[in-house]
Amino acid sequence: MKKLLNSLDEFLESRLLGRARLIVLLAILLVVPSYFYPLWTMAFYSNQYPDGLKMALYINHLQGQKSEFRDDLREINSLNHYIGMRPILESDFAEFTWLPLVLGALILLSLRAIFMGKTGNLIDVFVMTGYFGLFGIWSFYYRLYTYGHNLDPQAPIKVDPFTPPLFGTHQVANFTVYSYPAIGSLFLILFGLILFIALIVQFLKWRKTRAESAN
Amino acid sequence: MKSNQKQLLNWLICVVVFAGVIGVLLIGCKPAPQGARTGARGLGTTAEAAVKSYVAPGDLDEFYLFYSGGHSGQVFVAGIPSMRHIATIPVFTPYPSTGYGFDKDSKEMLGGFTWGDVHHPSLSRTDGKYDGRWLFVSDNANNRVARIDLKDFKTKQIIGPLQNISGNHCSSFVTNNTEYVLVASRFSIPIPKGTYKPISEYAGGYNGVVGAIKVDATTGEMSLGWQVLTPPFNWDLGATGKNVSKDWAFWTCYNSERATGKLEVTSSQNEMDYVLALNWKEAERLVSEGKAKNIGGVSVLDPKEVKGFAYLLPVGKSPHGVDISPDGKWIVASGKLVNTTTVFNFDKMLAAIQNNDVKGEEDGLPVLNFDSVREAQVEVGLGPLHTQFDDKGFAYTSLFVDSAITKWKLGTWEVVDKIPVSYNIGHLLVPGGDSSEPYGKYLLALNKLSHGRHLSVGPSQPEASQLIDITGEKMVLLYDAFTEPEPHYAQACPADLLKPIEVYPKEENKHPMAIWDVKDAGITREGNNVTVKMIAVRSNFQPDAIEVYRGDKVTIYITNIEQTTDELHGFAINEYNINVVIDPGETKTVEFVANKAGVYPFYCTNFCSALHQEMQGYLLVKP
Repeated sequence: MKKLLNSLDEFLESRLLGRARLIVLLAILLVVPSYFYPLWTMAFYSNQYPDGLKMALYINHLQGQKSEFRDDLREINSLNHYIGMRPILESDFAEFTWLPLVLGALILLSLRAIFMGKTGNLIDVFVMTGYFGLFGIWSFYYRLYTYGHNLDPQAPIKVDPFTPPLFGTHQVANFTVYSYPAIGSLFLILFGLILFIALIVQFLKWRKTRAESAN
Repeated sequence: MKSNQKQLLNWLICVVVFAGVIGVLLIGCKPAPQGARTGARGLGTTAEAAVKSYVAPGDLDEFYLFYSGGHSGQVFVAGIPSMRHIATIPVFTPYPSTGYGFDKDSKEMLGGFTWGDVHHPSLSRTDGKYDGRWLFVSDNANNRVARIDLKDFKTKQIIGPLQNISGNHCSSFVTNNTEYVLVASRFSIPIPKGTYKPISEYAGGYNGVVGAIKVDATTGEMSLGWQVLTPPFNWDLGATGKNVSKDWAFWTCYNSERATGKLEVTSSQNEMDYVLALNWKEAERLVSEGKAKNIGGVSVLDPKEVKGFAYLLPVGKSPHGVDISPDGKWIVASGKLVNTTTVFNFDKMLAAIQNNDVKGEEDGLPVLNFDSVREAQVEVGLGPLHTQFDDKGFAYTSLFVDSAITKWKLGTWEVVDKIPVSYNIGHLLVPGGDSSEPYGKYLLALNKLSHGRHLSVGPSQPEASQLIDITGEKMVLLYDAFTEPEPHYAQACPADLLKPIEVYPKEENKHPMAIWDVKDAGITREGNNVTVKMIAVRSNFQPDAIEVYRGDKVTIYITNIEQTTDELHGFAINEYNINVVIDPGETKTVEFVANKAGVYPFYCTNFCSALHQEMQGYLLVKP
């Protein structure tokens, strides 16, 4: 046990390899576009909207598809009022405030790992990324749950409380709702994944060096 | 070192592959579009549909189709299956094309109104079957009913604004032998008209009214009939019974809450609203026995005082349409905010009335027990509005919210088929689908929204009607047609049921001022009144100069002495806002005060002949 803790200390204190730092840099470069691309998209299809009403969540704002003659978010909200759902408003989403800050912090922590050069620093970022990733997903899920479970009891059309899908499809009245992560999320996933790869690379090299020095 | 580099390369390749897989997954998740358009029909199906709706040049359509023209105030005539618009019959709105609303008689008939809101046309019937005599239409805006004679496709009578009736929406459904035309109030008001009561007194002080306009069996002439007082519900749609239920009339209501204000919400709270079932034969008897009171000049029955002729059937909230099956046994009402349509059993209803199986009353109207009168609830889909019946025992229910039509079977109540329509269907129509003998074959979807289905014409968009083939088990979309706003309901009958005249025969022209010989044409004066007897014939007017003094009252009787089809003549006076069209053999009256001095040409507006341009004359007004 003591031996294991010792080697953990040793690993955390080990200096990051040059190539591990390069990989972390790659991760940082890859995550930057997630500021500009949608993280999540939802689409609402029905006979009346064969082309679908579309809505996208960005890291800091909400964007309904706007075509020349249609504002989808407005359309979604005016349809939702029949079932007593409150309008989906950008101001309702606290995520849009803290998500960009958190991502910025993660990038700074990654840069810190590159410059401070300890494996422990890298693990810090990795764990934080995982934590905020899961928290972000839960937070959006809870947001959707709140929209679907606080329906006005006086609404003309009564539907059972529901949670709009976070991932997959769901039938709400005459609409089939599709919800899927979008390209922005891919960058976020890659960020975490590449950090993990950096860790693996670091670990493999560290283990090899340790074995060699033991010999 | 070298092996390390290799290892790094491997890892990077892994990352790229992984990212690729996720990317493909994300793109792959994009759903395929749904809707009527995506049933990308194969060439075979398209060709088949094309043949079924194609009427070759020179050939005639199978059915007459009469669209209500909504707030255009008119009726549109088209043919099925070509869906070609053939004519517009002006009813409540002046129509220069046919000179309607410019001559004395039609002007008087319009009564000063310049528009109406035509909702439900109803063909006259004998023993529950269309007899091809008249078409009745309702006016939701100015509370009128009009009768169109199908002999010449002309509006012959407008009755109203009707006493006590406010928002004549659930009209003009015709009873089994055209004894009556149904009317009702959609917007309750204090009655008689002219009464003021604050809106806070709505629930107790305002009244709903349903009624029946009497129709003369031989002439079609409409008279006031009688009415029935109801709570201030919003009467929405109506239907008449047939066969077993032929003595009954039915209306649906929303707002049994008796609410005011934002009805979108306030009138959607009760789980149940009502269908009113009224035995009109019994009501007629009660009125003839003097049981009615006079309100606003009409005999009105008050269910608080007179019993035994009207009952309420609870139905899923905010129902819209009520429709009676061809055998008269099933009363089908659709709650537009639920996903089922309710079928009531007429026999069970009679039994419940017999057994006094009631669970309360509304201002004297007994409410029958829902479970005792209901036969089935058919899960048709979201937003059911109206139902039509075919000749094979099937029912078709329009679904506004779903934008679809569901086909289901009477008796077994099973849903057989569902077809998407574009978009948001209101009424639907099977030829004869509201009579005791449906003709079947076609189904028409009368859709409220057409966006994107036609060449763009800017923000004001036409309505869409879609022709559907119902000869097979599956419904097949045949054709998209577009009409001006805004057909609500329609009627269709076989082409050979109607035998319109195309010329008014000379011997049947009983107009006292009709003349047929040029020597009878002329101008006479009596004080300030100038009377002109005029002939219109290819290609001149006689007289062709009318001299008057400013301030004279001029009356021109124009007879089109042509006796051949399609030889119409127009008569317009420049800058005097006058344009009448006189059909072959017809005499029309133009009345005006010559209040502008000067020389004003008159001319033929309806192209008639090679020398149509020469068909002109002058109105000379001396100062």
